[in-house]
This record gives sequence, structure tokens and C-alpha cells, in this order.
Amino acid sequence: MAKLKGAQILIECLKREGVNLVFGIPGGVNLPTFDALYKSDIQVILTVHEQGAAHMADGYARASGKVGVCLATSGPGATNLVTGIANAFMDSIPIVAITGQVRTSVIGNDAFQEVDTIGITRPITKHSYLVKRPEEIARAVREAFHIARTGRPGPVLIDLPVDSTVGEAEFEYPEINIRGYKLQARPKVDPEAVRRAAEAIGKAKRPVIYAGAGVLHAGAWAELAELAHTTRIPVTTSLLGLGGFPETDPLSLGMLGMHGFEYTNYAVAQCDLLIGIGARFDDRVTGKPDEFAKQAKKIHVDVDPSSINKTVLVDYPIVGDVKEVLQQLNRLVKAPDTSEWLKTIAEMRRKYPLMYKEKTKILPQYIIQQISEATQGNAIIATGVGQHQMWTAQFYQFNAPRSLITSGGLGTMGFGLPAAIGAQFGRPDAVVWDIDGDGSFQMTAQELATAAQHKLPVKIAIMNNSFHGMVRQWQDLFYEGRYASTRLNPVDFMRLAEANHCVGIRVEQKADVRPAIDRAMQITDRPTVIDFMVEQKEDCWPMIAPGKPHNEMLGTYETLKKDGGLAQHRHVAPDEESKLSLG
Amino acid sequence: MAEKHTISCLVENHFGVLARVAGLISARGFNIDSLTVSTTEDPTVSRMTIVVDADAQKLEQVKSQLGRLIDVIDVQELREQQFIDRELLLARVSSANGAMAAKLEALAKRFGARLADKTDRSVVIEAAGDTKTLDQLVEQLRPHGITKLVRTGRVALEK
Repeated sequence: MAKLKGAQILIECLKREGVNLVFGIPGGVNLPTFDALYKSDIQVILTVHEQGAAHMADGYARASGKVGVCLATSGPGATNLVTGIANAFMDSIPIVAITGQVRTSVIGNDAFQEVDTIGITRPITKHSYLVKRPEEIARAVREAFHIARTGRPGPVLIDLPVDSTVGEAEFEYPEINIRGYKLQARPKVDPEAVRRAAEAIGKAKRPVIYAGAGVLHAGAWAELAELAHTTRIPVTTSLLGLGGFPETDPLSLGMLGMHGFEYTNYAVAQCDLLIGIGARFDDRVTGKPDEFAKQAKKIHVDVDPSSINKTVLVDYPIVGDVKEVLQQLNRLVKAPDTSEWLKTIAEMRRKYPLMYKEKTKILPQYIIQQISEATQGNAIIATGVGQHQMWTAQFYQFNAPRSLITSGGLGTMGFGLPAAIGAQFGRPDAVVWDIDGDGSFQMTAQELATAAQHKLPVKIAIMNNSFHGMVRQWQDLFYEGRYASTRLNPVDFMRLAEANHCVGIRVEQKADVRPAIDRAMQITDRPTVIDFMVEQKEDCWPMIAPGKPHNEMLGTYETLKKDGGLAQHRHVAPDEESKLSLG
Repeated sequence: MAEKHTISCLVENHFGVLARVAGLISARGFNIDSLTVSTTEDPTVSRMTIVVDADAQKLEQVKSQLGRLIDVIDVQELREQQFIDRELLLARVSSANGAMAAKLEALAKRFGARLADKTDRSVVIEAAGDTKTLDQLVEQLRPHGITKLVRTGRVALEK
């Protein structure tokens, strides 16, 4: 058998895994890899910063459902990936990160650009490989992709010392046989557990489905819709679960949790059966865990057994692939009578709608509503982290799976732009927006150059309030308004856009909001940045303060109403209401 | 309520596996009481015996988190009465004279232990046994003046 260089073996493996696009930056020790990529037909997207490469791989994976790949050199290249890898780990996103490493003979000698990449990334990867010989590359790559995409997905890192990429070996693509992983890749579903859960659903009087990103990872949105529709059980989603159940559906309760809808949190507080599906009872969802859905028996379907009983004790655990479990459940389940319960929810929806007060300056909520209308809820929306992210979750009507690309677990500011770029590469025909804040956007704004280089029609809407807005809100709430390091120096994002060969638009009047959005929708040959000069101190409501129960929300409809001047919000559309109250 | 639990793990015999297991346990905030590792009858597999301090819910978390590690092949909790456990102890104890040394040797014998070394000023006692027995031995030796003590931590097998 002819021998290949390690770097060529890597390329052969990537091709077999269906990779046609990677994100990354070359450097000293990964030059052989980049040289082999140069000679291959795999497209390499050169990013400005390695963090951008990791987030792009992440956004690519979220939007396309495929494994994203990012590359960096050793030392600073690898450490720059760390935030992106941690982000993918927290949100269970399948990416493979391939880092260069100094040659094996000097590992541990504090060589130039050497860090212990495996050590640094150990707690933030699903698995990792230090490949010391070219003979080991094929197995490592094969296993890395398998591990990244199966079971509970997650990032896998392959650290490639330069000598293993220039050394030669025979290439053979091995079979997968990982004895410690077989059951994790596809856990066996216990039919008795499913039967008991189906029985509990049949008996429930006030059931609520709480769906998370696991529904999207498993591609189980059709099965979720079937369960909801046949049983007439309303569905709330976590932030990362948005899009898994269309918000136009009369049974949709939108998002729950810290900045979830008021009536949704009340519904969860009152339910007698909570059906958690591919969701991990994150603290942003549960508030005070002991008080969360206190009256309810709880079903929890999750592919990862360690998610079950981690923060909230459940009565009916089911370990398994979400799609497989839902299929089994749908065969067994008998619909309970939820008509009274749906009426109660419709009433709460009427009584406690999501609203905001009109102000003279433009409000971010209004902008997001307009983007939602202009794209009919069918765009891919990436976000940074902060107030704009929560407003996006509240005011954009997500109807399609894989349409929200946001950093949930790690809460990584700066995720929005590179994630949007990755999403656009993953779904070239989709309309992709990054809804961002000025603070968040500036953390990775340099990637505008990457977007412009590839003429991506990504649209970036910056809610520019010259504040780290969410932190400022907490300072007002909990620190008597002392704005410690939250005021941002104003930046002219229009000129920043133009300097990067993007279209820049500044909007200062409410009347100009929609025309600017419509104009951006027409631009298809390069990125567009819209700098929305918004109200500086708008707060994000409602809110459950950290560690508080769901029935003690701040900024509720009643408290806002006292001051008057409320604007309407989409989620109380009359036709939705009537459908819901009809049960 | 927190109490000591013995977890027995079969793991791949690669470099880096110990770091993964120890890192996971410490990152999740669990206290390792002892951890031993060595190869098994199959040279590609090592067995780790880990004693942790945890309540029931936390213990379930440790076990399922360990199960998530790709290099961990099997995780079992060994329950009281259902396993045999041993550890090895070496203790250097002061002995001013020969009579003292003989007294210590007699004490050691009662615990199935022996003198591994003897000098003018001290003896080294070597003992193997379950944790409880060794704890009792240490208590009896303490009044004589233990100058150095080392224990291997628990290894265990199911009955």
C-alpha cells in the first residue's frame, strides 16, 4: 500500500466525513496541514481570529446539522480557540477542532508556541486526542467525528504535533469500535419507562411540554409536534429550544425562564405534569430549583443520563435518543382532557401579555419585531449575548428548526457575527441576520473582514445603546445604579462597516427602521451593518431575579401598566387567542 | 448526607486517562478520599478504585459523569458487604529500645502486620487490611509516636 503523509491522511479522512469547508488560521506547526488543504478541494475560510473560526464552525453546525471544523496552530492559536470550544461544549454542538502542536520530541520543553492544549481543553471537550504518530491519525479523526455527532453532541479536539503530519503511514480508514462509548452513542430505551410516562401523560390535568435543544439535535421536531397535537398539550421551549416548535402554533407558549413570558412561567408554576424533552433544567430556566414547577410530576427525556436529576429531581426519567423516545411515546400515549387547562392558559395570556412602553428613541423590541415581520420568522437569526439576545428570544417569532443560533450555556458575548458567518456558509440560500448589541458585537467585530471577503449577504443589526445593557440593568436593579465599567465609548459602526467593505447604514428615527431592514434584505452581494441608535437605558422585562421562584417576577405586565404608555406585542394576536381558548 | 462511597471503574489503559478522571471529579466539586489505579488481567484495561465523599444524589452524578468519559469502559458502585477491600499501610513508629520494639511487633502481629524495618530508634510496621482495621491499628500505634505514615488507599473487588 502506498504511504501518505500524515497531513494527507487527515485530508482523506475529512473528505470521508463529508467535510468540504473548514475555518481556521495557519501558523508554524500546522503549515503541513494547510499545505495539504491547499492542494485539496476542501474550502478553507481564513478567519481574522481563531475565536472567530471556532464560533463559525459552531454556527455552521447549528444551522446545517453537520459537524463544523476549525483549525488553529499551536500555542496562542489553540488558546484563542478555547472560548469557542467551551461555547460548543456548553450547548452540545458537534465541532471538531484540529490544533497544531510542537514536534513530539520537544513536547513538555516549553518550546516556542507550546501549550498543553489537551490539558487546557480537557474539561471543555467531549473527548480529545494527542496524535503522536501518523499511523494514529485516521483512527483519531474517524472517532472524533463519530463522537462529536452522536449521543449528546459536543466538541472533540485533535492535537497534531507537526512531525505526525509530515511523517508517512499507510492509509486505511478504520472501523469504529470504542468500547466505552457504544451505549452513549445510542442508549437503549427502556420500554417500561416510556410506558409509565405515557400513562402519566394520559392522567394529567394541567400538563406542559418543556422542550430544549435536544429536540433539534435529534431532528425530532415532527415527533414533538405530533405529541403536542395529539395530546393537546402546550409547548414551552428553552432559549436553545426555540424553533423546535413553531411559535405560530396555537399550542406554543414561547420561551420560559428568567426572561420568558410571564404567562408561560405562571403556566409552568401551575402545571401538574412537566414533560422535559431534550432540555437540561438550566438555572436560567428553573430559577430556584426547589420551587420549579413545584406542583408537577416531572418526565425527563434526555440522551445524556448525567442530565437527569442533576438540578431538579424527576419522577419519570427516560434515557434515550429524543426522536426514538418520542416515536415510542406517540404510539402509546392517550390524550388527556386539557380543554380547561388551555382555557386557563389563554386567560393568563390575555391578562399578562408581553409589552413594552413607547419611548421617543427607537426601542430594540420594535426593531426585532420589524425584522421578524420582514423575514416572516423564516430567517436564521444569530445573536450576541445580553439584552438584545433576550429581546430576540421574546420578539422574534421563531417558526423553523435551526433558526436561532445563540450562545445559551456559556453566554459568550461576541458569538453573533462569527456564528452568523458560519450559518451562512452552512445554509448559503438562507437569509441570515446577526442581531447584536454594541458591546457584544465589538468583541469579534474584526470578522466583518471575513464576511466581506466571501461576499456573504449577512445582515448585522446592532442595538447600539453605548452600554453593556444587561449588566447596566443589573446595576440598576441590584447595585443602586452604580454603572461600574458598563458605559461604552460610542463607535461609528457605519464607518467601521465601510472600512471593511460592507454596507453601513445608521438609523436614528423609528420611521427609518423598517426601510433600513428592507434595504438590507435587498443587498445580496456583501454584508450590511445597520447601526440602530436605540434608547440607552431600556430594560428587559419580565425577569425572574436569580434564585427566585417563577411566581415572583420583576417587570410584570401589572407593574408596567401602572405607568401607562404600553405598546402591543405580537404574542396576543386575537386569532391565536380564539384558537387557544377553543381548546 | 455525605458518606464514603467506593466506585470501581474500568478504563482504557492510555496516557491521560487518570488526568481526565481526576479532573472531572474535582471540576464537579467532589472530594476524592483515595484513588488507586493499575492494570488488570487485560493489559489494555486499568481498574481505578475511587473513594469519594458524597451524598446519594451527588454520587449518582459522579457515576454518570464518569460514564460520559469516552475512556471509561464501566462504572460500578461497590456497596457495603458486597466487596472485599484492602489497603497497604507503612508506619514508622518511635521505639527507644529493644523492649519497645518487641512490644510494637506484638501489637503488629495482633493485626496480622509485621515489622518491615527496624533501627535503633524506630520500627516500620507494614500492614494490609480493610480500611477499618487499619484505622484501628493506627489508633493503637499513635500513643507510641508515629513519625511517618503512608497508606495506599483502597483497592476493592466484588465478592
